[in-house]
Amino acid sequence: MGATLVIGAGIAGMQAALDIADAGFKVYLVERDPSIGGRMAQLDETFPTLDCSSCILTPKMVSVGGHPNIELLTYSEVVQLEGDVGDFRVKVRRRPRYIDADKCTACGICAENCRLKGRIDSEFNVGMGKRSAAYVPFPQAVPLKYTIDSERCLMVQRGKCGESPPCRNACPAGAVDFDQQEEIVDLQVDSVIVATGFDPFDPHLKPEYGYGLYDNVITGLQFERLSSASGPTYGEIKLNDREINDVVFIQCVGSRDRNLGNVYCSRVCCMYTAKQAHLVREKLPDARVTVFYMDIRAFGKGFEEFYDRVREERVQYRRGNPAEIHRRGDRLVVRAEDTLLGQPVEVEADLVVLAIGLVPRADTQALAELLGLSSCEDGFFQEAHPKFRPTETDVSGVFLAGCCQGPKDIPDAVAQGKAAAASAIVIMSRSGSALTPGEE
Amino acid sequence: MEAEQSLLERCDLWACIQCGKCTGGCPMSFKTELNIRRLIYQALLDGGVNADGMDELWDCTACGTCVLRCPKEVGPSDLIVALRTTLVDGGVIPPTIRDALTSVFRHGNPSLMPPDERADWAEALGVKDISEGADVLYFVGCIPSYDDRAQKVAKSLVKVLQKADVDFGILGVEEKCCCNEVRLVGEEGLFGYMVEEQRELFESKGVQHIITTSPHCFNTFKNEYEGLNLKVQHYTEFVAELIEQGKLTFTGELNQVITYHDPCFLGKQNGVFDEPRDIIKSIPGVEFREMDRIRDRSLCCEGGGGRMWWEGTNPEEQLATARFEEVLSVGADVMAVACPFCLLTFELAAKAGGYDEKVQVLDIMELVARAI
Repeated sequence: MGATLVIGAGIAGMQAALDIADAGFKVYLVERDPSIGGRMAQLDETFPTLDCSSCILTPKMVSVGGHPNIELLTYSEVVQLEGDVGDFRVKVRRRPRYIDADKCTACGICAENCRLKGRIDSEFNVGMGKRSAAYVPFPQAVPLKYTIDSERCLMVQRGKCGESPPCRNACPAGAVDFDQQEEIVDLQVDSVIVATGFDPFDPHLKPEYGYGLYDNVITGLQFERLSSASGPTYGEIKLNDREINDVVFIQCVGSRDRNLGNVYCSRVCCMYTAKQAHLVREKLPDARVTVFYMDIRAFGKGFEEFYDRVREERVQYRRGNPAEIHRRGDRLVVRAEDTLLGQPVEVEADLVVLAIGLVPRADTQALAELLGLSSCEDGFFQEAHPKFRPTETDVSGVFLAGCCQGPKDIPDAVAQGKAAAASAIVIMSRSGSALTPGEE
Repeated sequence: MEAEQSLLERCDLWACIQCGKCTGGCPMSFKTELNIRRLIYQALLDGGVNADGMDELWDCTACGTCVLRCPKEVGPSDLIVALRTTLVDGGVIPPTIRDALTSVFRHGNPSLMPPDERADWAEALGVKDISEGADVLYFVGCIPSYDDRAQKVAKSLVKVLQKADVDFGILGVEEKCCCNEVRLVGEEGLFGYMVEEQRELFESKGVQHIITTSPHCFNTFKNEYEGLNLKVQHYTEFVAELIEQGKLTFTGELNQVITYHDPCFLGKQNGVFDEPRDIIKSIPGVEFREMDRIRDRSLCCEGGGGRMWWEGTNPEEQLATARFEEVLSVGADVMAVACPFCLLTFELAAKAGGYDEKVQVLDIMELVARAI
């Protein structure tokens, strides 16, 4: 039976894995984080349909986790790839969780007893919530097994945590195991799908907006967590008990910017901002909501209709790219030119949301070298042909899916996952009946 | 027509997407008619801009915020300089700016001061002439050479350099204006001529390393003098190194609350943000407090880009007022600066606005000199 390696278990990688597995082939799904799900798991509602993201994602994650043809390798990384299409030999490094996944019942007692409880920023909540060194990234995680963060855990780092580690003492299943070692797993596959996603743009690189300086300047991704019922405020739009009357959204932060080398449009920010403006209106009916934009790109199915709806919900769109944010008393002042008025303006705000763009993952270059792929000028992976081979690469048998090839929204990432799966299935269907030279 | 076309291309105006980030960040757009985004649009529509009678063009302080903010690397201030050039060539410029330019050409300084008095401030300080040979050229600059108030900065820096046993010299009466503002008000011809002259002067003296009092001199030597292959530092960079290397030590202390105003030509335009702060914080006894609008978001003092020679179209409303309110809000006794333009504009504004009783404006070197 043919087998495919899928690297990255976000929505694109999961979709590719499910399609291949459903077609009767074996999938090894490698995910660096402790859980599958990717960025989509962090989102609140999705544009333009306002489906709850985790409500539509969780069943997919469960399907992936339970599929007999999918072998999950979470908390793992591909470290070597050799061979060719039909016969790739792969080495995967499995990091120790220091928790025996077979014994762990996900009761959470280890996290409760961790001496670092509440002292480590939660990645899932983008720093707006805290976790322990023993943790699950979010309640719907798959696999629902605890992980001990080796970079923070005192026992792992210093070989000592009090008299003896309280997590181990408390675990009723005896699952905590600090003797676990890193493991190298060897795989043999016919094809590879790269679905490693993106990094959110780091707004520290736009110091004019004071991100990191003002606690009420947040990113779009942080807004998702703030607005999510499973987030740090259980879905309430509030920050440090500050009353929020004026919300300003700033588009194109880190996109369309030659200064940063991010020349491209990130494709999702116009719409996620429109959606977030809608959520603010829903949750804070009396708030003044302003969106500063350069151009609105509402090109997808149902997008323009959604943009119409949001404006009619009394969201004020002002054309202008704000130049800076500073403080006045305990409020923020957003300085911009309203280019339609031709006048510089100052808009006071209690909350500013930066519509950060999508950038290539920091390790793109390393992965490109590992897999023999090339990157485009913008830093994302290069497809074999921009029109006719959008999910293929120059390496036969290695395919791309999702945002690692360029920014895209959920439907496009899913479509690309399915396309890459189809390409992989073509190869696996032929394997055994030797590839005819020139045909592939 | 052809020349106008090249203006659009030279300033890369076709890249502009009219996002307004330049005008939104421009400190002048909030108080005068200057709207650089609209000027670019006009230039694109008409193939050029007729700048006659556009007084607000002279409001630009060349602070560089528009250049820093532009997401398309247009360089909006290049357009302003180019338009000023057309006005300079046509002779339609504010008389005080014209006088300054003439003075630079005739006397080597913009203030009609006699060239042979340029080094009077250094008399009896035991400063050697660079002709005698030295590791470092201290390029004093026009204002610190002639202005009573700014001379104190030059004298303080000399004291500091001597304390640290730095082998330095000055050009004395041979020093002339660096012409940073000459270039920025659009007098390209004079700038080119002076660059040529200074480069030859530096070469003839065997200069390898320049430190300047003014971020404006620093900027122009570092970025605008073609073919000048020298190490150029602002004094804050040099003195921060001396302190870090243990070559300059403090013997006294200053029990004051000090805040720092970033000069545009040092901070925004050249990225020197940390060294001035490092120096202030290293002075024993000092309590350093930051204001809100600092570093990349710093306010402009309104002294650059020729504004030392012209008060602008709206002299009543001063950015300095907002600055002093900020200084007071953090409870500082001293606003430290690192630029002679900032020093003089803020001192003037402090007196006019009655802030001088609550806040002292002092150059970082004056602070250091008091504690060694």
